[in-house]
Amino acid sequence: MRVPLSWLREYAPIPEPADHADIARRLTAAGLEVESHEPVGDIDGLVIAQVQAIEELAEFKKPIRYCRVATSEADLAADPQSLRGVICGATNFAVGDRVVLVLPGSVLPGGFEIAARKTYGRVSEGMICAPDELGVGEDHAGIIVLAPDAPLGADFTAYAGLRDEVFEIAVTPDRGYAVSIRGVARELATAYGVAFSDPADPEPADLALLGSLTEEGPDVYPASIGDPGACDRFVLREVRGFSPSAPTPAWMWVRLARCGVRSVSLAVDVTNYLMLELGQPLHAFDRRKLTGPIVVRRAAAGETLETLDHVVRTLHPDDILITDSSGPISMAGTMGGLATEIDDASADLVIEGAHFSDVGTAKMARRHRLHSEASYRFERGVDRELPLIATARAVSLLASLGGGAVVPGCTHAQVPVEPVTISMAAGYPDAVAGVAYGRDTVIRRLEEIGASVTQEVAAAPTIAPWRDQAGRTEGAGAARAVPAKPEGQPGPVAVLHVTPPSWRPDLTDPADLAEEVIRLEGYEELPVRMPRAPAGRGLTAAQKLLRSASRTLAESGIVEVHTDPFAPVRDADSLGLAADDERRPAVRIANPLSEDEPFLRTTLLPGLLRALARNVGRGFPDVALYESGLVFRPRPGALGRAPILATDRGPTAPELASLAAALPDQPQHIGAVFAGDRELPGWWGPGQAATWADAIEAARAVARAAHLQLQVRAAARMPWHPGRCAELYLCPRADDPPVDPPAKGGAAPLSPPGPDGTKPVPSGMRTTAEVHVGHAGELHPRVIAAYGLPARACAMELSFTALAEAAQAAGKVAGPTLSSYPVATQDVALVVGAAVPAASVEAALVTGAGDLLEEVRLFDVYTGAQLGEDRKSLAYTLRFRAPDRTLTAAEASAARDAAVAEAGRRVGAVLRG
Amino acid sequence: MRTLAGSVRAHWKQAIRTMSAPNKNYDPVEVTALSPEEIERALEAALGAIAAAGSLDELKAARLAHSGDRAPLTLARAEIGALPPQARAEAGKRVGAVQGQVKAAIGRRQAALEKERDERVLIAEAVDVTLPAARQVQGARHPVSLSAELLSDVFVAMGYEVAEGPEVEAEWYNFDALNFPPDHPAREMQDTLFIARQDGLPGSSGIVARTHTSPVQIRSLLTRPLPLYVVSPGRVYRNEASDATHLAAFYQIEGLAVDEGLTMADLRGAIQAFVDVLFGAGLRTRLRPDYFPFTEPSADVSMECHVCRGASVKPGADPCRTCRSMGWIELAGCGMVNPRVLVACGIDPDRYSGFAFGLGVERALMLAHGIGDIKDTTDGDVRFSRAFGMEL
Ligand SMILES: [Zn+2]
Repeated sequence: MRVPLSWLREYAPIPEPADHADIARRLTAAGLEVESHEPVGDIDGLVIAQVQAIEELAEFKKPIRYCRVATSEADLAADPQSLRGVICGATNFAVGDRVVLVLPGSVLPGGFEIAARKTYGRVSEGMICAPDELGVGEDHAGIIVLAPDAPLGADFTAYAGLRDEVFEIAVTPDRGYAVSIRGVARELATAYGVAFSDPADPEPADLALLGSLTEEGPDVYPASIGDPGACDRFVLREVRGFSPSAPTPAWMWVRLARCGVRSVSLAVDVTNYLMLELGQPLHAFDRRKLTGPIVVRRAAAGETLETLDHVVRTLHPDDILITDSSGPISMAGTMGGLATEIDDASADLVIEGAHFSDVGTAKMARRHRLHSEASYRFERGVDRELPLIATARAVSLLASLGGGAVVPGCTHAQVPVEPVTISMAAGYPDAVAGVAYGRDTVIRRLEEIGASVTQEVAAAPTIAPWRDQAGRTEGAGAARAVPAKPEGQPGPVAVLHVTPPSWRPDLTDPADLAEEVIRLEGYEELPVRMPRAPAGRGLTAAQKLLRSASRTLAESGIVEVHTDPFAPVRDADSLGLAADDERRPAVRIANPLSEDEPFLRTTLLPGLLRALARNVGRGFPDVALYESGLVFRPRPGALGRAPILATDRGPTAPELASLAAALPDQPQHIGAVFAGDRELPGWWGPGQAATWADAIEAARAVARAAHLQLQVRAAARMPWHPGRCAELYLCPRADDPPVDPPAKGGAAPLSPPGPDGTKPVPSGMRTTAEVHVGHAGELHPRVIAAYGLPARACAMELSFTALAEAAQAAGKVAGPTLSSYPVATQDVALVVGAAVPAASVEAALVTGAGDLLEEVRLFDVYTGAQLGEDRKSLAYTLRFRAPDRTLTAAEASAARDAAVAEAGRRVGAVLRG
Repeated sequence: MRTLAGSVRAHWKQAIRTMSAPNKNYDPVEVTALSPEEIERALEAALGAIAAAGSLDELKAARLAHSGDRAPLTLARAEIGALPPQARAEAGKRVGAVQGQVKAAIGRRQAALEKERDERVLIAEAVDVTLPAARQVQGARHPVSLSAELLSDVFVAMGYEVAEGPEVEAEWYNFDALNFPPDHPAREMQDTLFIARQDGLPGSSGIVARTHTSPVQIRSLLTRPLPLYVVSPGRVYRNEASDATHLAAFYQIEGLAVDEGLTMADLRGAIQAFVDVLFGAGLRTRLRPDYFPFTEPSADVSMECHVCRGASVKPGADPCRTCRSMGWIELAGCGMVNPRVLVACGIDPDRYSGFAFGLGVERALMLAHGIGDIKDTTDGDVRFSRAFGMEL
């Protein structure tokens, strides 16, 4: 909100000269953040002049006038042709009009210097000003035409109050009262310790005109409140015989412009001026356009209203309307209707000031996306006493500035509202602040904000009087035990009963009152008490694991990135996902930033692939990226609608369960993508391209960080290459790999994946459940094409959540027993069917070799004609060691033979001859 | 060298020729090989040959010639038996001393020549150590992750625990329980991304992309024992177009302490401790009134600019980019936990009080490292992460 200092000073007479930086500091310290400050209107050489003669110069493309202007009473009697001549391009004035003349030598805002000069064939000694040329608003439709009584020859800058300081203040949503000169001036007066005079105090002149503020007038337009929940005060006053063409005085339109409000007409300007000053939105109806009594009510089904912005709006049954016999005439506190709008012939005005429901106007404004100055104020809470005062000032101003007669009295419909009284232990603000303010200070500060305070000695009142006592009991046994009060009732204390002023509907709780006291005493005065360290348990195992996994990947040459979590519609197709793939259903955003990206990601890969393509495109062909983050998967069959629980008590366990059930699954994933070389070429030799194996190894590295051994088997799953994709899973014990079905005649033991992506396993072969973790390998060429990636790009994605849970279940690492006896090494080369997975061979060797086996390592893979079609040779080093003795050659050989035999039994392996 | 080696070899041949065979003659005069002159001559010849050896091979030859089995001194020693017993000791002593001199000379020369050889070989093996050898593509952590970890660690060191929660969150957690009343303009302070109903029907799902990490406060209050000190980093979402300082998805970190007797003085202390750890001691912090529905009183926290320490405010001083010459930097929002929040979590506000604070992780990172455009953090360009490496 923009506020001119001159306006504030009328009600907060702070000492002159005031330093703007000091004002900004004090207002900000009081909770009204000054965002900027701008000195305005410091213009010399503006004179009120009268146009005495106009010569139309017709020889130019646009109308040009050569005007003779008088700047003194003496000039008025002189021959116009002897007067100062000024060229003017506007035509909205006539001989005899008083205008604003800027004299040569002056400098206008923007550094525009005025000089006497020859233009359009005449000598122009100055310029007649339009509002924008003086830095007042944007209006350049014509020059300023002043009221006929504007003093000729006077300094316009002083006359119009042009020289000012404008502060831009960010008002927080709780301080509705501060969206007004009245509210800001009150804070300014408090900040400087000067007396505040309230612009809402009725002026004697107004009272003389109207009688008392509440006096009803039988001749004023009738109105009633039809829905007491929509509006609790509705006031009408009337002016008749008003002159619609009366100009707005300069001081008023200048102030409006300083606040960013455009001048429209006197009637509209007066309502806007009072809204800015007091904070009460007002509306002016043309009495002749009204039919029948006004009723404030909710909309009926099917009703429509064409609003001032020429939009026909279909109304919602919750909308609050002002209606007459013709139907809706205004959306309460939001926007007026077109049909009853005042126009340039409206002489009889009905001024409406009301107190509408804050929630009702907020909902209506949001529903219709119709945010106006009025709805902005009503949403934040308007002083319920203002409608009577603001309407009185409005009719008084209209009558004095625009002629016409005020109709005595008012129409006043209201719903009685009980004032709120808050009971608070006098020491509560001290307890919140950690400062001993004392009772007197607390009372003084509360009275400064306009509250009335009484005190008594009584038992300390609760600071949560709104608490649902019944619900509290219910909650106690459920979600959370309410801690018992400390033993022993505290004795009686000083209790303050505080009734906040009518303009502070935001003050409802003792905590609100505490804040008022503390902010006025000054946050800068709060002491600092350094923390006493509580006994924390540090990071959880999963938190440590994520850091360690992340570091492992980064240290292996992969760059961590964060990608956009919003997913385009096309991703599922680009990834080639099947219609029933679990990554296809996505959480949809109802109001997405971009209609192209309405989803939240179900997998990390698309974001990573786009980042990969971006890096390659920027000239980094050898790139590996990883990301860890949540993915979002709608839970099949979930309600997908979360209830809104009560807040005046703790939730029950079933209530919390109902929230949990509504949310989608949000597992944490880790994904990585690879393109180009994993090891770079150089003077040392050629590079090593990143392959499917690197993607799988990255996943294995993450699992190793969790002390888990990832198991791998071939799988077919998009977006991976069907022959180069590994399914990653965990066995319950890392040293107990699964038993694969025996190969028949060297044929591949692979079966097509089941519908759930897992392979069917013969019953009895596997005794414990696996944990599926993710997939890794080379990407499918179609996916590579869809994302514009280099050929053979690879990817890995795993569920960190699953991994962390498995790590948690696995428990602590058992310390190893180190044998110092010598190792016995045996190499074996096994010939198996080409499709037999190495993992199955290794699993068989491990099982067959028994406890003496310390390590098995594949050191060569060979295929060749001499082995025969569809055969391969896998060469392993087996390391044997006993904990308690040196193994004999015979023992080592026996263990090796047992290993080979098991491999022969399971996968048909034979020793290579 | 070659000439010298040749002369040594000739001398050696001559020595063999002039060697005396052992005899049974006891006349010391006849045993010329043992004469002091002969021994002196053999010594000189040996020392000369050793000194003249220019390589290890030449030294080996000299050793064979002057200290080997057939060297004059060795042969002379063999003649000792021919001497009368009374002369043997003295002759043996004399020859032994000379042989020792020769051996020592060989040893010294050997060491010198080996050193020379080693130096020559190692020099020949020298490489250009300035050759770059970065065979592995360089990996890196993301600085926003590192920043979130760093900020968390500051509080973990103060005894806080790290709490986490879902990013797609029930409105009750994100707003209602945090005292954002329905239809209150406070809800519009945070442009919210609403989640559509899973059944595809219109109307509210009661689910949002969390607009702040504060719902984790609620989850912590509902599940953890009191007293409670937690910090919650995480991604949050806003319905805001991206620009140089805003992202639709960004990271926040919030702290929450609920205990008996906590006051705003404790809040100030926690914030001061945090600033001390992060930016070094000696920077003042300042609270000013603000508004958050879940805290009452609420404040925003500024700290003295860590770059200019306020100097840029003075007239004529160099401008400061970091604080835009304001002297202070807005760092965080904070306040005392609104009793309404405690009640919504089933906690007795007449017994417990608390404070909370929150700040933007990217903002802290950008401040500390002079980053101008927040979009760099979500672009995925490897150069951005690589600039920071493994730790901030
Ligand atoms: Zn600075």
